[in-house]
Amino acid sequence: MMETPVLCIENITLTLGGRKILDQVCLDIQRGELKVLIGPSGAGKSSLLQCINHLVRPDSGIIRLEGEKLDAANTRALCSFRTHVGMIFQDFNLFDHLSAEENVAIALRKVRGFPRRAALDRALEELGRVGLARYAALYPAQLSGGQKQRVAIARALAMDPKVILLDEPTSALDPELVGEVLAVIRELAKAGMTMLMATHQMDFARALANEILFMEHGVIVERGTPEELLRPDAVTRTRDFCAKLVV
Amino acid sequence: MTLFGNEFLLNELLPTLNKGLWISLMLIVPSAVLGFLAGVFLGVIRVFGTRRTRWAGDAYTAIFRGVPLAIQLMLIYFGLPNLGISLDPYPAAVCSFTLCSAAYHSEYIRGSLLAIRQGQMKAALALGFNTPQAALWIIVPQAARLALPGCGNEIIYLIKYSSLAYLVTCMELTGQGKLLAALYFRFTEVFLGVGLYYLTLVTLTGWLLRRLEQKLRIPGFGLEV
Ligand SMILES: Nc1ncnc2c1ncn2[C@@H]1O[C@H](COP(=O)(O)OP(=O)(O)O)[C@@H](O)[C@H]1O
Ligand SMILES: [Mg+2]
Repeated sequence: MMETPVLCIENITLTLGGRKILDQVCLDIQRGELKVLIGPSGAGKSSLLQCINHLVRPDSGIIRLEGEKLDAANTRALCSFRTHVGMIFQDFNLFDHLSAEENVAIALRKVRGFPRRAALDRALEELGRVGLARYAALYPAQLSGGQKQRVAIARALAMDPKVILLDEPTSALDPELVGEVLAVIRELAKAGMTMLMATHQMDFARALANEILFMEHGVIVERGTPEELLRPDAVTRTRDFCAKLVV
Repeated sequence: MTLFGNEFLLNELLPTLNKGLWISLMLIVPSAVLGFLAGVFLGVIRVFGTRRTRWAGDAYTAIFRGVPLAIQLMLIYFGLPNLGISLDPYPAAVCSFTLCSAAYHSEYIRGSLLAIRQGQMKAALALGFNTPQAALWIIVPQAARLALPGCGNEIIYLIKYSSLAYLVTCMELTGQGKLLAALYFRFTEVFLGVGLYYLTLVTLTGWLLRRLEQKLRIPGFGLEV
């Protein structure tokens, strides 16, 4: 008997401007799994991740969190669903008018109803987890890209999410800053956080992914363990794609 | 010096203008505060509202920016009683200035709301904020900072157009000046004095607004000077 997946996505379809962006996408993620979404630019990775928490409204499809179906028409249910699904954006999206600490604390205060003091304490704790306790008082414009993304991760973690969606968290970073962000995500994976991550960091995917999903034109065209898709004698789209990435 | 005879200056001009100044302040301060708040509200519904509230907000702004303030003021004071709403001169003036000022503020607020990157809203929603909460805690505080120079300018204008209140017999600085000037037939001294009072008010307000901008400044946010 299989455990209920933390997140289960059935037949997500999205049309924008008359074009099919996502076509009947299905996937599920068990507790503690890290699934990696790869594929060329424009494949629909960001669209899929944003459809999952309805930042973009899919035309059809079912989303279940721990077996419970999301009723997106119910605002309260949607907000509650979103507090349980963390989201990390490619371009960080830290709140520009708030310090690192306040960035992490604000949702605790306004969404979860923490008193100010408790929220700031918790924020400091989360910043400590990503190695940024010393930077708590700085504003986004005073942080490097890598630090911003780590604050964004701390902000997501503070909500105690059941699953985190990461949309190319390192692709907006200078190469020398990629490592510090991947290190944080690696720690999360090791600690058993459930994650769905779009990335082109193949070494990372190879080492840590439970499954790789290769997406093209809004369809998941291949899926399998890194071993299945990337072993030297595999004849897969995924391996082709990665060979081109390496050059 | 013949222009300002000491006696006239001390016994007539200054006391009269000070009385007017007090009324002017009573007009300007509430109109500025209420006008700004109403402008923020109006700007928010013009950006985040439903189609109907957006339309209503746009129509309101078009009307209050499109009709001269003197006409609005007289309609409120002389016209509304026909609908059974009679206001005294002072509330009529505050009401008129607030309504007009809100329309202008809402333009600045709307522009700055639109300048806030989409990602800020997305990040807030992704954390479980509902749209009004995200607007209130994330978007408006940023937009208000961006709009501050424009809104400050609007308050400076308000100081000057508050002089229209004498049209509905609310005797503020300009009204008091006119009375006094006609009584003594000393137009130059009186209006020079009135002008200096306004200049001082505007200068002080400009200074206060700059202080406020500095106080609200956030490193790397908005226009870093
Ligand atoms: N608002 C939109 N309107 C129309 N097409 C869009 C919109 N947003 C994204 N797309 C299209 O959807 C496709 C998938 O985009 P995206 O999900 O960003 O891909 P990826 O993240 O894999 O690079 C692209 O072809 C893109 O042009
Ligand atoms: Mg993308």
